[in-house]
Amino acid sequence: MNHNIDFIKQWIEPESRVLDVGCGDGSLLASIRDQRQVRGYGLEIDPNSIASCVEKGVNVIEQDLNKGLKNFADQSFDTVLMTHTLQALRYPHLVLDEILRIGAKGIVTFPNFGNWRTRAYLSLRGRMPVTKQLAYQWYDTPNIHFFTYDDFEALCKERNIKILHRQFLANGFPDAMLKSVWPNLFTETAVYHLSR
Amino acid sequence: MSLETSEIQNDRSGSVGLVKPQTAVIEQPLKLACGVVLPNHTLVYETYGTLNKNNTNAILICHALSGNHHAAGIYEQDAKPGWWDQYIGPGKPIDSNRFFIICVNNIGSCFGSTGPTSENPETGKPYGADFPPVRARDWVESQRLLMEHLNIDCWAAVVGGSLGGMQAMRWSLEHPDKLQHAVVIASSMKLTAQNIAFNEIARKAIKSDADFCGGNYLQENKIPHQGLALARMIGHVTYLSDELMGQKFGRDLKAGDLLQGKTEPVEFQIESYLNYQGDKFSDFFDANSYILITKMLDYFDLAREYNHDPIAAFSHAQCKFLVVSFSSDWRFSPTRSREITDALIAAGKDVSYIAIDSDHGHDAFLLPNERYQAALGGYLSRLADQLEGAQ
Repeated sequence: MNHNIDFIKQWIEPESRVLDVGCGDGSLLASIRDQRQVRGYGLEIDPNSIASCVEKGVNVIEQDLNKGLKNFADQSFDTVLMTHTLQALRYPHLVLDEILRIGAKGIVTFPNFGNWRTRAYLSLRGRMPVTKQLAYQWYDTPNIHFFTYDDFEALCKERNIKILHRQFLANGFPDAMLKSVWPNLFTETAVYHLSR
Repeated sequence: MSLETSEIQNDRSGSVGLVKPQTAVIEQPLKLACGVVLPNHTLVYETYGTLNKNNTNAILICHALSGNHHAAGIYEQDAKPGWWDQYIGPGKPIDSNRFFIICVNNIGSCFGSTGPTSENPETGKPYGADFPPVRARDWVESQRLLMEHLNIDCWAAVVGGSLGGMQAMRWSLEHPDKLQHAVVIASSMKLTAQNIAFNEIARKAIKSDADFCGGNYLQENKIPHQGLALARMIGHVTYLSDELMGQKFGRDLKAGDLLQGKTEPVEFQIESYLNYQGDKFSDFFDANSYILITKMLDYFDLAREYNHDPIAAFSHAQCKFLVVSFSSDWRFSPTRSREITDALIAAGKDVSYIAIDSDHGHDAFLLPNERYQAALGGYLSRLADQLEGAQ
């Protein structure tokens, strides 16, 4: 499910340097570039997504995130952005460290596996959840780490990562209403603005 | 109507058709990096497509070591298409329906432009080994003079593979305001020791041929065929991958068999192939040009004059870059392309990097590959859209 995360643009300084790690078809980076005049680069591995980036004139670099980000110097970007990719990586915690080594700030979004629909699916049906948000069967899902909003908060604490902002996104009833009251249960997508 | 449509479709994936080389005599003196001044020089080139009314849609194609001006189309007397015909033509990635494409044989080469086989005006004999050493920057300077000659102020793109990519990068530093895009394919900011080693073995092979005559073989009416063929065989092996050679030739035999009790030698297919390639090459390429251009490759070091700092070097560039590498290319490996890309990112330049999976080794940049064609085509098609929108 695609939630509108346009609000993250307010966290990105005009004319700053942005690295979008796992940039997909480059839509988000193109719109940040056009609205905030940033110098943006996207990292991507999927050939079709790379082709889409090229068509949009988005700077796209073919790079496998699982092989590390060592080629980027410390603090060489103002913002490192990673949308809906953390759960698909071999070592999410190390990538998180890398994001904040390369970028002064990080913006990370992920699907909250603690959402009540996912919980209900697993506990009532006894099968791994296949929902609008997580539309894959267990055997061919790119999502190899299942974690919740609470898990992520705990990881940030453990690794001394500062949370500058957090936003909880959910559509429909009752999630949209209750996401602020009980984020771990009603958030579908969690959005974090981070620094060291 | 349907006939028209089918004609257009044919046209889109077609060839530029019959082409004729043109000759420009550049009367402005060209001061080479080595200090020698060429008072004038001749350039042979080809063009495909039409220059638009603002002269903004010109693409310069830079050839590599053994390349020439015949990049696309065919000659009346020779049906073999130009060396990059897969990529240049109507509807092809470098689209002659949308761009005015120029490919020039560079000085020091041997296809009609001023080089070692040209007459030295001081002696009335071929330059031979006395042709001054030429650097990639001299090619760029000579190309700039041709650009003036053709009334083009700014290239839409400078495109090249291997040594061609080195020229594209040099363009971006020497004349940053004269190109909008640099497309750098299977290239490197400098050769590795291994690369220089292969080039030196090739040169040594040429010089060891008794017919080389210290480089003045033309005056002696001789050609160092054997040496040049050997040089090409060495080079050719390094342009292919182990996998591809295995697939293409394996241990297949051309002649004889390996049964015990036989004394006659066998010939492997790969031996026959390499000998054929070497012989063919030595019929049309000049030995002094081969020495000169391999030295140009060895000497190329993009960041040398920028305190060996590629980021400082690329900070002078103003154009956007597309960098392409091929997985099995071990002569100009993907790592070299990544170094270019990382330096461009660190210098804050617009760059995209595409790593193409291919088992064709360094030669992949010349060969059909769906993803490579789509990437190059997609990149240039966006540029054409912008140019046509601005018309």
